[in-house]
This record gives sequence, C-alpha cells and structure tokens, in this order.
Amino acid sequence: MKFEALPWLILFLPLLAAAAITLFTQKNRGVSAGLSIGAVVISFLLSALFVKLNGFNPPANELAVNWLSIGDALRIDFGFRLDPLSLGMILMVTGVAALIHIYSVGYMHDDPGFSRFFASLSLFTFSMLGIVLSNNFLQIFIFWELVGVSSYLLIGFWYEKASAADAAKKAFITNRLGDFGFLIGILIVWAALGSLNFRPIEQALADNPEALGALATIGGLLIFCGAVGKSAQFPLHVWLPDAMEGPTPVSALIHAATMVAAGVYMLCRVFFVLNGEALQVIAYVGGFTALLAALIALQQNDIKRILAYSTLSQLGYMVMAVGLGGPTPAMFHLTTHAFFKALLFLGSGSVILAMHHEQDIWQMGALRKKTPVTFWTFMVGTLALAGLWPLSGFFSKDSILALAYHERNYLLFGVAVFVAFLTTFYMFRLVFVVFFSSAKSKHAEHAHESPGVMTWPLRLLAVLSVIGGFIGIEALFAGQLAADASEHPHGWAQLVYPFQHAPVAAASGLVVFALGLLAAWALYGKGGKDPLPEKLGALSRAMRDRFYFDELYEATVVRMHDTLAAIAGWFDRWIIDGFGIGLIRGGTDFAGRALRLAQTGNLQTYALLLALGVAVLLVVVLAS
Amino acid sequence: MNVGLEHYLAVSGLLFALGLFGVVVRRNVLVMYMCLELMLNAANLALVAFSRFTNNLDGQVFVFFIITVAAAEVAVGLALIVALYRRRNTAHVEELATMKL
Amino acid sequence: MQDTLQYVFSSNGLFWLFAALALLCGCLVILSRNPVTSAMFLVLTIASLAGLFVLLNAFFLAAIQILVYAGAVMVLFLFVIMLLDLRAEQRHRIKLFGVIGGAVSVGAVIAVLLRALYVTKPGANLAAPEVVGDTVALGKLLFTKYVLPFEIVSVLLLVAMVGVILLSKKDLK
Repeated sequence: MKFEALPWLILFLPLLAAAAITLFTQKNRGVSAGLSIGAVVISFLLSALFVKLNGFNPPANELAVNWLSIGDALRIDFGFRLDPLSLGMILMVTGVAALIHIYSVGYMHDDPGFSRFFASLSLFTFSMLGIVLSNNFLQIFIFWELVGVSSYLLIGFWYEKASAADAAKKAFITNRLGDFGFLIGILIVWAALGSLNFRPIEQALADNPEALGALATIGGLLIFCGAVGKSAQFPLHVWLPDAMEGPTPVSALIHAATMVAAGVYMLCRVFFVLNGEALQVIAYVGGFTALLAALIALQQNDIKRILAYSTLSQLGYMVMAVGLGGPTPAMFHLTTHAFFKALLFLGSGSVILAMHHEQDIWQMGALRKKTPVTFWTFMVGTLALAGLWPLSGFFSKDSILALAYHERNYLLFGVAVFVAFLTTFYMFRLVFVVFFSSAKSKHAEHAHESPGVMTWPLRLLAVLSVIGGFIGIEALFAGQLAADASEHPHGWAQLVYPFQHAPVAAASGLVVFALGLLAAWALYGKGGKDPLPEKLGALSRAMRDRFYFDELYEATVVRMHDTLAAIAGWFDRWIIDGFGIGLIRGGTDFAGRALRLAQTGNLQTYALLLALGVAVLLVVVLAS
Repeated sequence: MNVGLEHYLAVSGLLFALGLFGVVVRRNVLVMYMCLELMLNAANLALVAFSRFTNNLDGQVFVFFIITVAAAEVAVGLALIVALYRRRNTAHVEELATMKL
Repeated sequence: MQDTLQYVFSSNGLFWLFAALALLCGCLVILSRNPVTSAMFLVLTIASLAGLFVLLNAFFLAAIQILVYAGAVMVLFLFVIMLLDLRAEQRHRIKLFGVIGGAVSVGAVIAVLLRALYVTKPGANLAAPEVVGDTVALGKLLFTKYVLPFEIVSVLLLVAMVGVILLSKKDLK
C-alpha cells in the first residue's frame, strides 16, 4: 500500500482543526472557518489522492496499531480498514462535508457562535470518518458515541432556546438506548468468536456459519439496535424530526447525508454477522419505518420537518434493502441520497434565509421568480428523490425495488412502491406550495437570492444528483458486497440496465412517479390552503401529530424512568446512607470507646495484660 | 532421685511466676520493683542451669552481664522513683495514673 | 538421723533445701506488708540462689551474686525505702480484681512453662556435666570472646552513674 500515512492524516486533520479552533482562534471568525474548511477539503483531496494511488481495492487493506491487550482474551486495535466500502464512504463524507462547510460560511454569517459552529462541525467530521474507517467493533463504537456527542453539540447549538436544548437531549438519550443494545450485541459476538476485529470475525463465520450458536439471531438484532438508534428507525425514530432545531447545515450534514447513514453503513460492514431471522426482522422494520414516515410527511407544514420525515422514509428504504439481503442497493441508495438530500436541505436553508427565518410553507409562495438558482437546484433534488429517470435517485431506488421483487417479498415490494408514490406526492406538495402559486406573506414578496458562497455548493450537489446514478457507484460497492459482481454493467449500459434487468420494478417506479405528480398538481397546483385536512379528517390530524408516538413515550417510558429514579434515590438515601454508613459510623465509634477502656494509666493493669498476652502468645507459638 | 535440669528449670519458672504475681498484685512501687528483680534472678538461675548441663560457659558469662546491667538498671530506676516521689509525694501506683485516657 | 543429715548435705538434698528456701522467701517477699521486710526477704532469696549457683559449679557467679546483688543492689533498695519513709502505706484494701486477674495470668504463664518442660524434657539426653565455672575459665572467656560487651558494659555503668546523679538533683534547672 502506498502512502500509508494518508489515512491517519485524513482522519486526524479535522480533529486538529477542531482542537485548534476551540483552544486558540475562537475570537477570529475568518481563521476558524478557514481552518475547518481547509481541514475537510484537504482530507477530501488526500482521500482522492489515496484512491488514485492505490485504487479502491488495495491488496493489503488493513492498517492497525495494537492499542490494548489483556492476555489472549481481549485484543483491541486502533486501525483502518481500506476497502471499496470505506474508501467510497470517505470520499462521499469528506466531499459532501466540504460543500456544507463552505455553505455554512454564508448561512451562519450573522451568528455570534460562528467559530464554535465550525469547531463542532470539524469534530463531527473526525468522528464520522472514524466510524467509516474502523476495523473493529470497539473502535466503531467509540466513534459512534463521538458522533452522538457531536450531534448533541450541533443540535443544541442555539442552546439558549429551550426547544433546542431539549431536542439535543432527546437525540442523545434515544441514541443511547440503541447504543446499549449495540454494546450487548458486540459483547455477544466477542464472547462467541473471541475477537473484536472484523476480518477475524468474518473469517470465523465463513468457516463455521453456526459459530454464534443459539445467540445468533439475538446478537444480530442487538447489533441492529445500534442502527435503529442512529438511523432513526421505528421505534427510536422520534429524535430525528426534533433534531431540526439545529441550524440547517447541521440538518443537511448530520441528519441527512452522513450520521444517520452510519447505521446503514454499519449494517453493511458487519453484514456477515446477521443471520436469516435477524435479516427478516430488519427488513420489516425498515419497511414499516418508510411507510410511517411517508404518511406523517404528508401533513407537515414546516419545510424542514417534511424533509426530515422524508429522510426517515429513505432510511427505511435502505434498512429494508439490507434486510432483504442486499447491502449493495442499500449503499448505492445511501450515497445518492446523501447527494440529493443534502442538496434539498441546503436549498431549504437558502429558502429559510430568503424568508428571514420563516419555516412554515404556507407563508411562502412564488419563490420561483425571486430565488431562481435555489428553485432549479431544489427541483433537481426533488426529481432525484422522487425517482425520475435518468437522475441518480431513479437508479438507486429501482435497485431496491428490484431486490424486493427478486426476493419475491411482494408485501415489501408493494409497500416500497406505495411509499414511492407518497414521496413524490409530498415532495411536489412542498414544491408547488413554496415555489409556485402566489406569495402568501410579506417575507415571500420581499425574498431575494442567497449569496454565491451558498449557491455554488447547491449547483455542485445538483450535478452530482443528476450523474450519480451512472458513474459506477453501484459497481464499486457490488465489487465488495454482492455475491455476483460481474453482473453489474459499466459505462453507458448503466442507463438502460434497470429496464433490461427488472422491468416490473422500473416500470412501477415510473408509473407511481407520474401518479404522484398528477395528484400533487391536482390538489396543490393552485396553492391557497391545504385541502387534505377536510378530506381525511382524523387521519390527517394523526399524520400531523406524528401518530402520537411522542405522547405515548412520554406516558410510558419517561414515567417509568422517573419512578425508577425515585426508587433508586430513596434506596440511596435511606438504606445506603442511613443504614450502611450509620452502621459503619456507629460501629467505629463503639469500637473506639470500648478500646479506650483498656488505657487505664494504671501500671498494674498494664503488667497484668502484658503477662496474659505473653501467655497467650506462648500457647499459640508452642502449640503449633 | 537425681536432680536434673528440669528441676532447676521448674524452680526458676516458679520464682518467675512469683515475681510476676508480685508485680501485678502489689501496689507499692518499691515492692513492685523488688519483684521485678526477683524475675531477673529467676532468669539468671535458668541460664546458669542450662550452662551447666550443656557444658557451655557462655551461659555464665551472660549471667555476669545480666547482673551488671541489673545493677545499673536498679540505680537508675530507684533514682526515677525518688524523683517521682518528690513530685507526687506518693509511692502508691494507683495514684500515678496520669496516662489514663 | 544420720541418713537424713547425709541426704540433706548431699548435693541433691542441698538442692531441695536451697530451692525450698528460695521459693519460700520469694513468697514472703510478695506477701509482706512492710517494704523493709520485703527487702530483707529478697536478700534471703538472693542468698539461696547463690547457694544454687554453687551447686551448679558456678562459683564465681555465686560470689558475684552475693557481692553485687545482695551487697550493693539490696542495700540501695533499703536506702531508698528509708529515704522515702514509707510507713504510711500499710493498710490498703486488696483489690479483688487485681488478685484474681494476676492469679489467672500468672497461672497461665506457669502452666505454659511447666507444660513446655514436661513435653520437651530438656534434660533427657544430656552428656554428663563436667564444666566448672571458676574464675580462671570465666575470665578467659570474658577477655577473649566477650571483650566487646565487656567494654560496652563499662560504658553503660558510666552512663548509669551520670544519669542517676542528674535524676536525683533537687531542681533540674
């Protein structure tokens, strides 16, 4: 492997930038932004250089340093795994992160916490790269938690707002639940197979598929728990919409493109640990999440919430793909989703800035003329998300639909097609209400386009969203993850490949796109107000109120937790402090007072005790 | 019955016990000190008996030194008792219990 | 009568005599109420012990015992007793706890020692005693093997003397 130092640099440059900004340059906004952007751009260039020199598949693909060894039982390394999966991911992560860093210079321009924002962003980049490059479970877990911390810092960036602080806490705690399951899953795998590194585990399972024994399903499902938390699947999906309290670049980077994708990445990385039953559960959880989120998105009125639920829905797609046995479609969709979802979020940021921080879509309208670049890029993103050929979203979504059809899981296929219909419907609802029709408020009348530092990343991401479907991303991942890599096409053949390979899926996708577009045009083309609440009544209210999951959790989980905490508090105060410590205190006092009686000051008592002691000692010594 | 080593050692032990009893029971400082000397003498007897019966003169040399040291010790001890008596005006050991907690 | 006297003045008999005397006087030391009487009985004990030393062929030591112990140490004791004029302490209530405690602890020590004697039987396999502790032999040992302790003991005596002079000063300014 050439230039082995590069992965270390790629990983640690953002961390150094974060440290430098935190310690030294907080007062100087320009230097802070420069350090942060510089670090991530250099990381991207170094990643590209590394791939140029070694290709995506270097023969010796692990670099590790032994960090800690406890006998033979536990060996913890700090190392990098450099194969197509991780190298593709670091290119995507650093690339998208670089564009968002540049965008943030414009978006956060007036914010007093400018330097702090860039320090947190750099910390996040470091953590995410750590997850992607890890070669063992413990390291991925450490960086998993680090990403959670960065997310907490960034969601709660405007910490004086109570809602933001609460949202940050909610995200972290919900993630923690998932991480608890993840940790137990890791322990089960380690106990059964004796190693934490991915390569030995893969080898052990290849040699003996029954190596995990009776705990195989449970172990797989517990590891999936980590993905449930991080990628916001049902039932831990409640934190992602609230995470929109953070600044929009944060939503774009963390809650669309990268962090939430970490769960899917992890599942693909340790795909060999998941057995058939676990995969079944994973598929259905993913499908259910996709459906639930799409339904909720239909009736949301905050532009960022709609996009958040859309993210949830697409993540459900990815998890469903993993569950159906296709890590390649999942990773393909992950990458294209990163492009167009980041684009959509950044576009919404541009809209919010133009509307002077107003986020309700029913206050917007006719922004097509006022913010043309934002409009065109947002349109590209919407079309990609909805799956129009030949944009990237079509190819990735089609590969998932084709997989479901191929596995003969017609229920999940039907669900996926229906969700595609809903996706098109609510996205075009958004587009028609915000960009078409007439301006519904003064802000909308006085909107103007965002500065160049914000629109150029939008343009770049738009280009990627268009060409991402046929630049060979799928073939790259298939090379590592799919059983039969030779099937995948290259070059221009990729454009028509879906129609030859799985015509039913491709056709279904395009048909529901047309249906969704028509339905949205019919209901929302004229703008004005939302007709659905009258048509659907109670269902519409349930959708708008997120199917009451938050309230359910509040009543059950939170209340149970408070009760447990109260019991623990009582125990600590009365039993441990009162009884336990009291016993020790009283006992010591008593013993001291008893021993004091021996100090009489009387010589003869001392002589007596001396004689007795000597006698006892003699007996003990001579008797033994 | 021939008098052997055990007899001398038994006498020495009994003398020692008597001295110890005296130290514990008597409350006059000087009498206590005399009983202490009794204990020392008992030890001397034991040493000489051992020396005789194991054909080793070292025991007797040891007793020589013990007697010398005992003499010096008695001198110093009595001087202390005199000084104590001058201070507290009593030779009764129970009234000298200032180290009581 | 002849036999009895013969026996009494044989070495065995003399042992019993001196031993009995020593133990009796020892008892009287601890039981006498008057400190002067105690001192006198202690002198007698020391004398009987000197007799026992003679029986053990430790002639030099017997002489030293009488000279130093009975002659000097006990005289010192008597001087101090008379100096302190301790007639006042005659009748004090005997503390029962002290006596019983003392008896118990002393009894324990005795029991241990006698049991040890019984079990080990130190006199069982001994060679016939032939060593004689006369002055010449003792002197030879003292000035060759034990010359260092000898010198140190002389320093010790000097120190004791200085200490005693200091301690008995009326005021230690």
